[in-house]
Amino acid sequence: MTVLQADDAARRAVEAVWRIEAGRLVAGLTRMTRDFGLAEEVAHDALVLALEQWPKAGIPANPAGWLMTTAKRRAIDRHRREATHQRALQVLSRDREIAESADGSSAIDDAMDDQIRDDLLRLVFTACHPALSLESRVALTLRCVGGLTTPQIARGFLVSDATIGQRISRAKRTLQTEHATFELPTPAEMRERLSSVLEVIYLIFNEGYAATSGEQWMRPALCHEALRLGRLVAGLAPGEPEVHGLVALMELQSARIPARATSVGEPVLLQDQDRRRWDRLLIRRGIAALERAESTGRPVGAYSIQAAIAACHARALTIEETDWEHVAELYEVLGDVWPGPVVELNRAVAMGMAFGPAAGLELVDALTDSRELRTYPMLPAVRADLLQKLGRTAEARREFEQAAALTQNESERGILLRRAAECR
Amino acid sequence: MRYVVLLKGNQPATPPPAGLMEGIFALGEEATRAGVMLDNAGLAPSAAGARVQVADGRLSVTDGPFAESKEMISYAVYEVASKEDAVEWTSRFMKLHQDLWQGWEGEAEILKALGPEDFAPPA
Repeated sequence: MTVLQADDAARRAVEAVWRIEAGRLVAGLTRMTRDFGLAEEVAHDALVLALEQWPKAGIPANPAGWLMTTAKRRAIDRHRREATHQRALQVLSRDREIAESADGSSAIDDAMDDQIRDDLLRLVFTACHPALSLESRVALTLRCVGGLTTPQIARGFLVSDATIGQRISRAKRTLQTEHATFELPTPAEMRERLSSVLEVIYLIFNEGYAATSGEQWMRPALCHEALRLGRLVAGLAPGEPEVHGLVALMELQSARIPARATSVGEPVLLQDQDRRRWDRLLIRRGIAALERAESTGRPVGAYSIQAAIAACHARALTIEETDWEHVAELYEVLGDVWPGPVVELNRAVAMGMAFGPAAGLELVDALTDSRELRTYPMLPAVRADLLQKLGRTAEARREFEQAAALTQNESERGILLRRAAECR
Repeated sequence: MRYVVLLKGNQPATPPPAGLMEGIFALGEEATRAGVMLDNAGLAPSAAGARVQVADGRLSVTDGPFAESKEMISYAVYEVASKEDAVEWTSRFMKLHQDLWQGWEGEAEILKALGPEDFAPPA
């Protein structure tokens, strides 16, 4: 290995430790300093020092302890510099022995273990604070809980480093002015705040999932990070059915990633996917997470119902084996908790598969006046498919062409025009 | 990125100390909570297994135990952002054995499963 390669290997090793430790590091520091922005900054200071020192001195036996001790020393230094020495000592005194233990090994672990879970949960709720815009919540969650760097987040969302940097610093300022307390929400606030957390995670997932049909790898990596965050929150709030529901949905959707694109990157629709390429381990995990959601004994919501639909598809090795009647039923339930024309359109597809194209068409026809779907290519595409199955090819062709005109996606347009040409 | 980790080792004469299993469970729980451990299990000694081989144009089945002195002990499947992450989790796992079981020796093989990141996006 050349020196440069060795440096690179050491840097990547430090980054790995950081990804594992960042969340609880920032969470623990925030609890101690009561200052989220400060915690985030000193944690990053510790990372920078690790990047300087570890490649030369080797990774310490207890990297987490090293990072925590270093970050806390920085926090104390900053407080001193800002002439709030007394307060700093007061705040930090209960942790003084830990902060001053030489390598901060077992003392920190013992003091931290029982706190870590609550601290992390607080951190997740703080990063998804209602005072922040949705995009700030996303950036802050990925950075503070996920341990992603600003450039990594920027690459994931296809925006500049500066944009993400601004979002993060603005978010930290907002939390400061809002005096966002680093506390667990009351049980009453819990559900509302949790739904914001889940929304942020699912948004991150979809940002990657929409791009999984052959784009640069960093975007699909967002799916993985969202799934990881979801699993983490499920571990922190195991009694909440929708957390498990969202995890189940993401596991099951991720299972399809290997089959969602052709070798040249064209998207492949669910009904055309080679299901032998689906990831069986993720399917198994998704179904298990769905069972956990149902076993909480509390009413499930939109994520769990969507996961149940995804599980129906996952259980079937071919499109024909799908329990379409059950899928149609689930879409009806979903329509009750989360009404909307897109859900209705999906129900129409399931009805068409379960009870024949005429049954599906009846539902689709009821949607043609929907203003929300006026520019939605899937409406004419679904209608076209049902008309074609009914032998009404001339109408089907017009609808396929209409769908092709509406789509923004080049390869989807190609598929739709091919199908239009088949309708002769 | 998905990694399969296979642990092989030689058991010392002394039985595994009680604290080791506790440590292994705690680390496994931590990795599961962190969202990176997808699956893991202990493996029975190779005597319980078999080997299916194709050689010289023939398919043959051999029952265990196999000749290697090191037995497969367990496997784990991680989904992480880099090889270094898999190495770090595995090192923590190996360090538990080093710290808690005098005389234990073994090795963990970290094998990458091919994933979407291994296939170049279309030009």
